[in-house]
Amino acid sequence: MPRIGIPRALLYYHYFPWWEAFFVSLGAEVVISPPTTKAILDRGLEHAADDVCLPVKVAVGHVLELKDRVDAIFLPRLVSVAAREYICPKFLGLPEMVGHSIKGLPPLLSPGLNLYRGGSPYHFFAALGRALGYPPWQVLAAYRRACRVQQQYKRLLESGLFPEEALAALRGRHDAAAPRDTMGSPLVAVIGHPYNIYDAFVSMDLLGKLGRRGIKVITADSLSEENVCRGAAHLPKRLFWTLGRRTVGAAYHYLQWGRVDGMIHVSSFACGPDSFAGEFIARRAHRMGLPFLSLVLDEHSGEAGMVTRLEAFLDMVERRKKYREEGSAS
Amino acid sequence: MKVTFPHMGHLWVSVAAMLQYLGVEVVVPPPTTKRTLTLGSRYAPEFACLPLKLNLGNFIEARELGADTILMAGGCGPCRFGYYAQVEHAILEDLGYRYRLVVMEPPQRHAGELLAKIKYITGHRSWLEVARAIWFGFQKARLLDELERRAHYLRPREVRRGSTDRAFGEALKIVAAVRHPRDMAKAAEQAHRIMSEVAFDAYRPVLRVGIVGEIFTLLEPFANYDLERKLGHMGVEVDRSIYLSEWINDHLLFGLAGGRRTRKAACRAAAPYLNHFVGGHGQETVGSAALYAAQGYDGVIQLMPFTCMPEIVAASILPKLKAELGIPVLTIVVDEHSGEAGLITRLESFVDLLHGRKGVEG
Ligand code: SF4
Ligand code: SF4
Repeated sequence: MPRIGIPRALLYYHYFPWWEAFFVSLGAEVVISPPTTKAILDRGLEHAADDVCLPVKVAVGHVLELKDRVDAIFLPRLVSVAAREYICPKFLGLPEMVGHSIKGLPPLLSPGLNLYRGGSPYHFFAALGRALGYPPWQVLAAYRRACRVQQQYKRLLESGLFPEEALAALRGRHDAAAPRDTMGSPLVAVIGHPYNIYDAFVSMDLLGKLGRRGIKVITADSLSEENVCRGAAHLPKRLFWTLGRRTVGAAYHYLQWGRVDGMIHVSSFACGPDSFAGEFIARRAHRMGLPFLSLVLDEHSGEAGMVTRLEAFLDMVERRKKYREEGSAS
Repeated sequence: MKVTFPHMGHLWVSVAAMLQYLGVEVVVPPPTTKRTLTLGSRYAPEFACLPLKLNLGNFIEARELGADTILMAGGCGPCRFGYYAQVEHAILEDLGYRYRLVVMEPPQRHAGELLAKIKYITGHRSWLEVARAIWFGFQKARLLDELERRAHYLRPREVRRGSTDRAFGEALKIVAAVRHPRDMAKAAEQAHRIMSEVAFDAYRPVLRVGIVGEIFTLLEPFANYDLERKLGHMGVEVDRSIYLSEWINDHLLFGLAGGRRTRKAACRAAAPYLNHFVGGHGQETVGSAALYAAQGYDGVIQLMPFTCMPEIVAASILPKLKAELGIPVLTIVVDEHSGEAGLITRLESFVDLLHGRKGVEG
């Protein structure tokens, strides 16, 4: 029974159930790296090139974490997960960026997932199954099961759960998914790439901080694809990055919707796609006069500075909400 | 209608030729300077890559000269260039610069989209005339590439310092001044003659360095602090992995002029290190570095703008190639904060290193 390591990084937050179900159905054992810590990041920093963005450095740290504990590491080359879209050039070169910078790695399982010209992700899983030496019929069955689990996971995300809660719910632990119903509390849209907003270490526990302040949070992942598309349709040209299109689409949708009291855009320092997507979001948010906070994360981000800015932002959000409620009450 | 377009090295010579041949009024932006960069980086997103900031500065300065229509190339990812025009246009609009935007890019739905854009710019001209114009511009680019290659050879070997630059400057003027395709042959002859008059010492030992990286930074001397000339004067013969005519072929001719062989060869050479395209010229960067090593070059310099995604991928793979092929590689990252003095120091110590190695080996 091969032990397969999956780094808790990058699109783990979107696709982990898909991958895990596939491996487990085939009879493999899946090992996930633990949640990001300072030590994981530090090891990533040591091995990754200077100029890469924080999420890739974190991913390198997670790979190192798994290195001596598994028979193979799953590090797919996610070229494209939707027709006529890419993720980011760094996802295209990830297996090499990681493989060439760490010595003594177990084999990397890095099939390419490329749906740029449409088609089915089956080929990706078939290649994966072949690489592990399983017979095609078994691979097909595992693929079917994995897709069912992934569908369920997506529905849970769209119901408003965050990834870790949705994962717990998938495992039947519904208590973890207690509704965060905070009637009457301000609603803030947190917009950003999943590996930034849901990694509590990387985001300096942004979601936790907001929760403890009694703020209700929505993200892009609780929106259906149709709503994202409708929001993104306001762009001058179709945006060809999946995460970029999702963030702009969600931000535009929430801005139009008119029920959010503030918006936080979270991005990585020097992130290429976000330098454009963020520009469109910030311009529209400012034009609409919505309280807007842009958080840029890198390995030097200090928590104190972030807390100060967050406080100032939340004060504005709360003041605005009160003002509006009084306005509508009178 | 007064059409402008962004600067990228000698690109203006080609594009102005195409448009003027068709009777389109052209506003070539003033040469890129510090002011261009300051304007561009003031209004561009902080983490936008340098070419976008310079484009933006060019458009603001061209506006001051009366331009009202922007002609841009486009693309469909994964690197940012495919969305440049839209971001730039949105910023200009918010600043109150009203520009019409025409983006030449592979049509999304049908070829008619592209043809309609060409008609919009060129008006009543026949397709034959349009094709001639594009070919005319392309010929100019090819000629300039030849002249530049010659300059690369001459600079480290010139007898009188600066004579290559002077000759190239004159040749460039001659090429830029040609208004009709029928005069090209004569201009080419003149330009080549000027270059051939530069006295040089064929036996002088020189270092050979291959320059790879992001295309804009390679082609635009303002962005790379005139790297090729600086190296030439330090006694280095340079070669560049990409030339202007290749960019025009890719972005304005959509590959019709053929000759993508060099690109394929570079990608093949990259395979052991990076076996997938990563957008931009990232894979070519890795492949060209490998090819330069195989051809016995003394070193490789990678040029890239800060935050450039394909080149970051390449940069994180190059150390491996460097270790395996034993060729020194210097990566230079440029942005609006980089300084010339620091660059010169780094170049000098890189050249010293190469000299040292050559001395040891020879
Ligand atoms: S999208 Fe941005 S943060 Fe994500 S890998 Fe690419 S550059 Fe890094
Ligand atoms: S290749 Fe690099 S510098 Fe050029 S547009 Fe793409 S990301 Fe920007």
